[in-house]
Amino acid sequence: MSTNDTSVGLVRAEHADFETPLDLASGSQLPAYTLVYETYGTLNPDGRNAILICHALSGHHHVAGRYREDDKVAGWWDNMVGPGKPIDTRRFFVVGVNNLGGCHGSTGPSSINPTTGVPWGSSFPVVTVPDWVTAQARLADRLGIDRWAAVIGGSLGGMQALQWAINHPQRVAHALVIASAPRLSAQNIAFNDVARQAILTDPDFHGGDFYAQGMVPRRGLRLARMLGHITYLSDDGMGEKFGRMLRSGEYKFGYDVEFEIESYLRYQGDKFSDYFDANTYLLMTKALDYFDPAKDYGGDLVAALQRATANFLVASFTSDWRFSPERSRELVKALIAADRHVVYGEIESVHGHDAFLMTDPPYVDLMRTYLARVAEEVNA
Amino acid sequence: MSAPNTALRPDLQLIADWITPGSRVLDLGCGQGELLAWLKTHKQVKGYGVDLEVANIVACVAAGVDAIQGDLETGLADFGDATFDHVILSQTIQAMRHTEEILNEMLRVGREAIVTFPNFGYWQNRLQILKGHMPVSETIPFEWYNTPNIHWCMLGDFENLCAKNGVRVAERVVMDQGRRVHWLPNLLGSLAFYRVTRAPGRAKA
Repeated sequence: MSTNDTSVGLVRAEHADFETPLDLASGSQLPAYTLVYETYGTLNPDGRNAILICHALSGHHHVAGRYREDDKVAGWWDNMVGPGKPIDTRRFFVVGVNNLGGCHGSTGPSSINPTTGVPWGSSFPVVTVPDWVTAQARLADRLGIDRWAAVIGGSLGGMQALQWAINHPQRVAHALVIASAPRLSAQNIAFNDVARQAILTDPDFHGGDFYAQGMVPRRGLRLARMLGHITYLSDDGMGEKFGRMLRSGEYKFGYDVEFEIESYLRYQGDKFSDYFDANTYLLMTKALDYFDPAKDYGGDLVAALQRATANFLVASFTSDWRFSPERSRELVKALIAADRHVVYGEIESVHGHDAFLMTDPPYVDLMRTYLARVAEEVNA
Repeated sequence: MSAPNTALRPDLQLIADWITPGSRVLDLGCGQGELLAWLKTHKQVKGYGVDLEVANIVACVAAGVDAIQGDLETGLADFGDATFDHVILSQTIQAMRHTEEILNEMLRVGREAIVTFPNFGYWQNRLQILKGHMPVSETIPFEWYNTPNIHWCMLGDFENLCAKNGVRVAERVVMDQGRRVHWLPNLLGSLAFYRVTRAPGRAKA
């Protein structure tokens, strides 16, 4: 099979405008908003073969395929989504959506606030994982999807899958929660706050209203991304890829880029600051920090999960220390105590947190096998 | 995947016969999930398999069995007290380092434990030892240098371990080549099957 046979091919983004106000967890309200999304595959007449892909911190709706033949990169999960791939678009109708507060076309801090005529900036309300799920549910209504065959996500995306299963038990047949956690640890929140501080203290941030100044808090974004990247890789993975390699082969006794790892991180930071919105970064990290579905149930995760009727696939990666296997096992333990159907895989990988985006063979096997059963259940 | 219609291996069938229909079952070292898949279909049980190998978790998924990847040596911390009716450990206890711990853990999370193991006292094993070699047989298919089996025992040894830990033997069956052995079981039986419970009035030893 050539690569083209396993690609969804050329795709394009769609927009859905919502005029019904959205009440947010913070108590604020969004009067109207737009969600940008993509779909791949065909929705069956019975509407049962739909899969929602929830994105992580820096992700978006462009999950698979290319906009133009000469696009250098495909969608962010193109290795998992496509004809003959684990999330098989010959069988499933796959939906990717950019979350509220994002910077890839859905309403967010960089969008124009219709009442003021200028970008929302600092006045954009903080949105949470449950808010995203509510907005995604409205998109599902719009698309004629009563019940997802599966809601799938890694990291922050896994949190959305989990929240879906709790908030809309009748609308989720399977929840695939990958490299995620039922809530962040203090250490994880701490990393997020350092990233936020990098942005908030950048003089070009202007309290979040940098758009009007024609500025971008590039240094803050760059540092936030560099820090994030370190935590997404494992020590072994980084060692394997970069080791102590020097760009020029010898020490220069200065502060310019010398080690390959420095070069890599700076490149990633620069690239990110070119396209990602600083306010969106702040907001996404807050959504991570606030996520705690047990909170509405007196802190009892088991009670929260007893509401869910979905079958769960939970997967973690051995070298992931940002969302460690222990965090996933916390979820698995609560699912077992709640008497839910759950499969748990702890995948050996050197790729750290990023492993959920990679193709370690046992991970791909697990996803492929699990989703093949999901497809059979819905006769897809 | 359709329900498994193939017959179970005789040793697994014996375990299956001990399972109450509609009960909750935990299968430790579940392998590819064949026992749980059979029990789901024929006895409508609910429950989970546990296995160390991700390939076995994938096989369980294909068989429609809920499976948790985990290491039995670290205990059964993912499972709450008295969660299961039956907890099964099939031909695995002899390969475990934490033998006493797993026995007690099984009876913490379950009402009844089913433990099976190759009987080291089987006459063919004894014969090979008499000839001057560690036994290699159908139930012990390893050489001494590559065997995962580190804690060999005979029937009486296992029963002593149970007594020491306040565990009551509810039923014992001994088999050889798929048939029950009634006469001289510790000599003529190659596989031992035990149903055990916590002895009345005895908490964990």
